[in-house]
Amino acid sequence: MEQKLSKTEKKTAYILTLPAVCLVFAIILFPIFANIWISFKEVQLKDIRIPEPRAKEIVKTIPDEQNKIKIVYKLRNSSLLQEIRNVKFEDKFPDNFKPINLHERCNFKKNKVKCDFGNWPAKYRENFEIIFEIKDSAKIDKKDLKSSKPRLSGDSDNILLNTNFTLKNFKKVIFENEFIDLLLTTFYYTFFGTVGSIVFGILTAQMVNQKFYGRTFMRSVLLFPYVAPVVALAYTWELLLDPNSGTLNSLLVNFQILDTPINLLGQKYLDINILGFSFKLRLALTTVIIFEIWRYFPLAFLFILARLQAVPKDLYEAADVDGASPFQKFFKITLPQITAVISILFMIRFIWNFNKFEDVFLLTGGASGTRTLPINVYQQGFAISDIGMGSAVSIVIVLLLLLFMFFYFKLLGKRADEN
Amino acid sequence: MKIKNLLIYSIISSFFLLSLISIWKILVTLQGLKLENFNTQIIFILGFLFSFLNIFIQERLNFIVKFLFFAIIFVFVDGFLISKLPIWYNIGIVFILYFFASKTKKYNSKFLNNEHSTQLILFDFLTLFGIVLFSFVILFPFYMMLVTSFKTQIALLVNPLDFSIDFNQDLKDLFKSYFVIFTSYNFGKYILTSTIVSLGTVFITLIFSIPAAYAIARLNFFGKTFMSTSILIIYMFPAIVLVIPLYTVFSQLGLRNSISGLLIVYTATTLPVAIYMLQGYFKSIPKELEEAAILDKLSWFGIIIKIILPLSIPAISSVALYVFMIAWNEFLFSLMFLDNPNSFTLSRAIQYLSGDAETPRQYLMAGSVIVTLPVLFIFVYFEKYLVSGLTAGSVKG
Repeated sequence: MEQKLSKTEKKTAYILTLPAVCLVFAIILFPIFANIWISFKEVQLKDIRIPEPRAKEIVKTIPDEQNKIKIVYKLRNSSLLQEIRNVKFEDKFPDNFKPINLHERCNFKKNKVKCDFGNWPAKYRENFEIIFEIKDSAKIDKKDLKSSKPRLSGDSDNILLNTNFTLKNFKKVIFENEFIDLLLTTFYYTFFGTVGSIVFGILTAQMVNQKFYGRTFMRSVLLFPYVAPVVALAYTWELLLDPNSGTLNSLLVNFQILDTPINLLGQKYLDINILGFSFKLRLALTTVIIFEIWRYFPLAFLFILARLQAVPKDLYEAADVDGASPFQKFFKITLPQITAVISILFMIRFIWNFNKFEDVFLLTGGASGTRTLPINVYQQGFAISDIGMGSAVSIVIVLLLLLFMFFYFKLLGKRADEN
Repeated sequence: MKIKNLLIYSIISSFFLLSLISIWKILVTLQGLKLENFNTQIIFILGFLFSFLNIFIQERLNFIVKFLFFAIIFVFVDGFLISKLPIWYNIGIVFILYFFASKTKKYNSKFLNNEHSTQLILFDFLTLFGIVLFSFVILFPFYMMLVTSFKTQIALLVNPLDFSIDFNQDLKDLFKSYFVIFTSYNFGKYILTSTIVSLGTVFITLIFSIPAAYAIARLNFFGKTFMSTSILIIYMFPAIVLVIPLYTVFSQLGLRNSISGLLIVYTATTLPVAIYMLQGYFKSIPKELEEAAILDKLSWFGIIIKIILPLSIPAISSVALYVFMIAWNEFLFSLMFLDNPNSFTLSRAIQYLSGDAETPRQYLMAGSVIVTLPVLFIFVYFEKYLVSGLTAGSVKG
């Protein structure tokens, strides 16, 4: 009885999980492996369209011959690159139609014209004509004739399925594309974005953890940037930072903090002089990082606040009795209590920021020194139309991610051991 | 000891007053008032004197009298002597001064003798300042989005600092950008598409995730632990590495530019989150209820529908809200998969609109308001559900 129950239990479990597993496998795991396949191929965006035989039907009347009608098919191969083999054609006509002098490639049976066009090379075009005689010379409805569309079929190679592999993409990714610069930009973006959002998360959580009027309202306001759609926020920021008519620049100029407006999103470097040390700040990258911090500190805030609210009150009371100062309380009690949350947050945010595409894409499109790895996937794959290269960059991302995840799960395991 | 504390307190509090007034001045400038400078030194000196003298006067003078005296001097010096400014500006200043004065009430000479008084004061003022500053920094872009959508092209170019809304004009003129994007840019259709896609995603995700989450939470089967850890790993994988293979496959299958294609992808990407959240909740439901049901010869599906579902309405609704928000906000896949304006979602439509440099900014902002409002509304209205879900480590972003 027990055994039987556990057997049905197993069976039910598989039935219940199967749909979800299949879908996730098809849409998430399969593409990750497909990336490996594509990254070893030379594929352009234009190659991935499967060539199709196409036909456009034109009905023409023949002058002086009322009972005859000419139908012209404009045939073509949709691909400019690949041939189509074994093209088959089929079209249906009304009962009273009979073809005259039908081409030898075709035959007529049961009101249907079937043709065998053989192989079409790339860019192939042909005007194919059939003349029909109408038995009872009834009126011909052109629209009716056109509504029955011809059916065409043919075989062609799918460039993705052949077995020509090459290492060219990876060579290009690693040796040509300013790979080091790309990695560094991605790293700056990820690291400073993560650290910044956590620092502001700690500050705001500490703030909201005190009692004041309008605290619940404040908590939801702080989460606004995180829940609002990226598209709206990015364009609002773009408007805010615009050098010509942007609010921020106008404000700074108005209060005489700046002499001339600066293009915060379009300028790659800004020379800064502090106490005789001059260095170049990557301006656009910094702006994008600030946007990133603005948008994602709420997550850190929420996690840290939840943790802060769980810190036992008597710890602070005991510290008060000992006469500890607020700073001592913060560094000796609060900070140790939230280190676990911070380290997990750091890993999560690091991984997610590393993959962030939308924010940078919408703000700068990857221009003026903000090209990160995910942006590069898009640029290679869709702007330069080199699918193979895009996949190769994706593979680099996946490998780095696996490395980060290894550390993340090690950290999680360590935390679990400690508890 | 006491003098040092007194000085530090006065400096901190006057900095606090200075920053409050500066924020007010920025806000005022954004309402179209011409202000050329912050008058920092004067505000600082006045604030310093007030805090400093306040310690000596203390209870000898009524708070209201003290405050009024201070406010009149301040308004006179800042508002009239230096730059002639309208009444409403000064009323705002008076409110800020009142806030400031009431905050300084609790500091007296006894407090300043306290060992950690300076640190306590710093903490207090930093918190207060932080609240004001963060509200400003966060709300300002949203405010700007809203106001810009009510403006005209010329008004935007003439004075980019004018953020007042002119309510005297016709309603038709006020909402002109909204009329335009609905009539000539087809936003009604995009809203419909976005709604269908988001609701569809919610529906399919729930159908797929509830059984799977139940199995992971309750049943014993081979590969269970593997499945629950791989959920976390999959959840970490970014959309950007899936894009190229999915693009090629979807192009060949003709699923690009179709709602069904988007539905498949959105469902798959939200499934791990949904399963992860739901199984956590299902585990917290007492097992005894199901054991009774098994004795009653109820099938597993019966158990899910008759026992689990009614008990987990809060968790399911929070998952549903999340999935809705993720699908509504999603941009990457809609950018890759949709290039026919007939099948655009709202986010994609706004991005498409911005691609044309000729598009007036106020139309863009009107579109942004339309895409943002439903999400913020859902968030504020259902905040309790959503926040508990967020801390469970859900929403991806």
